[in-house]
Amino acid sequence: MKTDDLVALLATGAGPVDAHAVEKRFGLALALGLSGAALLMLVLLGVRRDLATVAMTGMFWLKLAFPATVIGATLSVTMRLARPGRRAGAGWLLSAAACAALWIAAGAALLAAPATLRPHMLLGDTWRVCTLCVTMLSVPAFCAVFWALRGLAPTRPRQAGAAAGLLAGAQGLLVYCLHCPETTLPFWAVWYVLGMLAPCALGAALGRVWLRW
Amino acid sequence: MVRGGAQRKQVFDAGAQSTVEAQLQAWLLAGLDGDARAYRQFLDELTKRLRAFVRRRLFDMQDHAEDIVQETLLAVHNARLTYRRDQPVTAWIYAIARYKLMDFLRARMRHEALNDSLNDSLDHAADLFEESDEDASDARRDVAVLLAGLPERQRRPIEMVKLEGLSVAETATRTGMSESAVKVGVHRGLKALAARMRGER
Repeated sequence: MKTDDLVALLATGAGPVDAHAVEKRFGLALALGLSGAALLMLVLLGVRRDLATVAMTGMFWLKLAFPATVIGATLSVTMRLARPGRRAGAGWLLSAAACAALWIAAGAALLAAPATLRPHMLLGDTWRVCTLCVTMLSVPAFCAVFWALRGLAPTRPRQAGAAAGLLAGAQGLLVYCLHCPETTLPFWAVWYVLGMLAPCALGAALGRVWLRW
Repeated sequence: MVRGGAQRKQVFDAGAQSTVEAQLQAWLLAGLDGDARAYRQFLDELTKRLRAFVRRRLFDMQDHAEDIVQETLLAVHNARLTYRRDQPVTAWIYAIARYKLMDFLRARMRHEALNDSLNDSLDHAADLFEESDEDASDARRDVAVLLAGLPERQRRPIEMVKLEGLSVAETATRTGMSESAVKVGVHRGLKALAARMRGER
């Protein structure tokens, strides 16, 4: 087939394109990812029993603010990287800043605490399962975000995969926070962050394979 | 890494860059709103510019140029929903063309590393006796053949809507598919075609 014929083929019957197709796609992916994680959490882990009481405390909302910030930041990065010719933007920086703020606060909390309490502040009661649970809860979001990206055109597949993985990890973490009873900053700073970084690393590794187009 | 801005200037002739940008954008935007004639003009102009861009970068692989031009055109079409209306068209196209070219060159390098170097140099020697000038504008890979290999529920909608110029509604009645199935068939078919182009390198 000559190139002119291909051009004619592409132009024939090419209907209008929805100007917000990318936003809608990611909106759907976000809804699928969060509801999938919520479903998994309800079935496998259960909501923490004292949710109604802790919902009154500032600490609980601070805990939710961390993954919520990372979701906002990485959603922006992922959507930008889904479009050819756009740079990642400030989202990476914002995610790193949220992480750094958490680490600084956690460090300060550790320093202020008596030495005997520090191990428990870091390990809590659930350090063995926390990272794994967050990663597991991020699986639906991981699939949904990769689905969204695969229909678009990321020209930096590894970076887009990493952003998609972190976005999925943050969604998993947000939902996990409704189950997780841990309340100390140092615990969050280690195990929550690890739980988000695992899907991030996986996304970077899979990006080159899954996001080719 | 080469800076995008400097390269972009080479793709779209530095002097006339802003007029080219404005013209291409006008055609593309009209095309995205459903104006098939404007979209055709956009693709025609894009083809010429892509051809020059690709040829300049392929050095001794000129006979692949038209394949990459076709592959990039299909990629631009399939990715057209990712164009942001406030973004320079040239930046968007450059990113797609560069991605496709790099993907081709990477695949090519792997291919050459796997093949016997003696055979390879013989191939190059044979190249010297080919009339490459006129052949250069012929694609090596026939898109029509790839199209014929698609599954029926994708191939028939593409043939009827895209080659015979039937409307989606007409295609739906003739094939017994629903209108949305026809649209999905065209969409998925063109994606599958792009994947087959990659596989045929």
